[in-house]
Amino acid sequence: MDLTFGSEYEQFRSEVRAFIDTHHDATPGSQGMRSDKSRAWQKLLIERGYTARTIPRDYGGFGGAPDILKSRIIAEEFAAAQVPSGLGGQGISMLVPTLLEMGTEEQKREFIAPTLRGEMVWCQGYSEPNAGSDLASLRTRAVLDGDEWVVNGQKIWTSTAQYADWIFCLVRTEPNAPKHQGISFLLFSMKTPGIEVRPLKTMTGDATFNEVFFTDVRVPKGQIVGRRGEGWLVANSILRHERGSLGDPNIMLTRLNALTQMMQTETIDGRRLIDEPVFRDRLMRIQGAVMAMRFNDLRLLSAKLNNKNANLAGMVVKLQGTELRHELEGLAIDVLGEVGVLYGDAPYLKDHGEWQYDYMFYLGLIIGGGTSQIQKNIISERGLGMPKEPKMTKDA
Amino acid sequence: MEFGLSQEQEFLNDTLTRFLTEHAGLPRARKFADGGEHRAQNLWRGLIELGVPGLCIAEAHGGVGLSTLDAATAAQALGNAIAPVPFIATAVLVPRAIARAGTADQQAEWLPRLAAGEIIAGAAISEAGSGAREGATVTVQSGRLSGKALFVIDFEADVYLVADATRRLYLIDASAKGLTRRPLTTIDKTRPIGELVFDGATAQLLPGSEDPAVLADLLDTGRVLLASDTLGAARNMLNQAVTYSLAREQFGRPIGSFQAVKHMCAEMAAGLEPCQALVWYAAHAVDSIPGEARLTACHAKAHIAEVGKFVAKTATEVHGGMGFTDLLGLHYWFKRIGLNRQLLGSPERLREEAARLQNLIE
Repeated sequence: MDLTFGSEYEQFRSEVRAFIDTHHDATPGSQGMRSDKSRAWQKLLIERGYTARTIPRDYGGFGGAPDILKSRIIAEEFAAAQVPSGLGGQGISMLVPTLLEMGTEEQKREFIAPTLRGEMVWCQGYSEPNAGSDLASLRTRAVLDGDEWVVNGQKIWTSTAQYADWIFCLVRTEPNAPKHQGISFLLFSMKTPGIEVRPLKTMTGDATFNEVFFTDVRVPKGQIVGRRGEGWLVANSILRHERGSLGDPNIMLTRLNALTQMMQTETIDGRRLIDEPVFRDRLMRIQGAVMAMRFNDLRLLSAKLNNKNANLAGMVVKLQGTELRHELEGLAIDVLGEVGVLYGDAPYLKDHGEWQYDYMFYLGLIIGGGTSQIQKNIISERGLGMPKEPKMTKDA
Repeated sequence: MEFGLSQEQEFLNDTLTRFLTEHAGLPRARKFADGGEHRAQNLWRGLIELGVPGLCIAEAHGGVGLSTLDAATAAQALGNAIAPVPFIATAVLVPRAIARAGTADQQAEWLPRLAAGEIIAGAAISEAGSGAREGATVTVQSGRLSGKALFVIDFEADVYLVADATRRLYLIDASAKGLTRRPLTTIDKTRPIGELVFDGATAQLLPGSEDPAVLADLLDTGRVLLASDTLGAARNMLNQAVTYSLAREQFGRPIGSFQAVKHMCAEMAAGLEPCQALVWYAAHAVDSIPGEARLTACHAKAHIAEVGKFVAKTATEVHGGMGFTDLLGLHYWFKRIGLNRQLLGSPERLREEAARLQNLIE
């Protein structure tokens, strides 16, 4: 057991800290990703190698060698200082890695740099009303007509579609092939005629998602990643990426600390909430579970560093992390009691209503990105070697 | 940076697991439970050959001089195999107390014999770890102990470590005049537990235990090892459940192909896997991160007790009616987890202690 990063890395950590201290005034705060300040901050971070670190310079990145510990230190220090660590979003976190792996040279040059700079915002067109957990059964189709794909169909759960410039989209191009082999991965502008975006209001009251409708949307033939029918492979490399990031135990720790502080400040009958033994026990129970997930995260980091297969330790993160986060937010509501169900512009609302909002939002994340039930299928089949559910035949 | 077991620790785990797979497991535990044996001599001799009794005792005293993480690895392997042997008190807690609080003479007197496995030591520290029940308390006057101590770990012993009401620690010979031993039958028949009654029995003080940190450290260590034992037992129950579900057929197919059963197994795995990292960290903290040792030990034992309880119930259910029978023997693991849960602090007490450690209680 060796929990030290070594002197080279501690030096690097000091550099990151010094950078954050020096440039505190330049941080964009909560301004949207399209603001000038956000873009200037992003540019500075890329120049210093604090974001887009391993993306080649030719494509607008920093061009550094992959270094898991340095990436980790950057993430830790920016989080600790509560300073944005660069632009996120599905374009940067999902499309860019995919293009690096599967895109043509032209696609890499055309799309990666403006995406990193924040000039090209993307949304993801995967799920459909009838293709959720069984994503590969998607029906939005694209038919080749001369030099263009003609796209018709509907997508759902498309976050950021209302202000995205482009979409990366899974479409069925080979209707007669087996379902996983009939899908292609297209890129097209959201300004293309025939696209309609309708906001989808969720239980939180916000429209964080959209429905997107395609009617005879014409897409140049070359805007495909991978070959025709290979879209499922292309998409899978990204899904792997997304799952890992849901349920981050280090963010959970920040929420746990906020909850602990709230329970020491808020009172019931003049007594601090933390002085109620039942509340305190529930808090401590969650603290123990968060602790386990944080050390599990260290184990994963170490496995990555030493090229070991972490197997189950990685597979359980999305399931455990999102369920635990939901429970944590729910405890905050319970300890606040009636005050915990105030919402919106109500007086007496605590912490801007974020407990209530996150409690609902995290229920969404238990479902999104592969439901808890799908996670359990993955854990039992790939982790424990149990058989797949037999397929039902149509006439059964 | 390397989080987890070193190559040497993996090797220790493999060696011990291989030995226990061959010599321990259900038939051996059953024989021990049914046969009225006091000590499983063949197993104990095998463990002596592997150096287990002296695992954490310094080389100068004839031990191997390894860390609490090594001890936790061993405890997990023993729990996995429901091995009916002493370990936590005799190989770890008592030598640790003597090394930290004993005089040079006391160390020379006891540690070599403990390391060689010639004698076995029990630990009577339950009252300090879980609170006093049934009027248990130990008082001392001019080196003589009076009162009683319950739930002694590794009870079939030649010498006992006893904590008195002021949290000082004493060693007392099992044959000392004025000491009466009474076994307490528990649900878990793989490990002897008992009661010591003192009537002016002569004992030797470990002088360093005037510092209450000595006993506090023993509780941390003991809690981490009990958590490891539970984790080993629970992992074994999950493995048995998966194996059984693949072999058992109903409605024309293995029950392990039904999603209801798969999800039960997935939930057990999802609960257990992070416990591995938790117990490794907590064991490491006991030796190397003093500021975090107490809190991580409390949480490791409490959290793993909760996950272990869930696994014990769920794995039994996967086995259906057979899981409930003595014939299958799954209940030995169920009961081992059940005993560990209460020893040296139940989850509720430990969480309360965790809150107190963080000054969350006024």
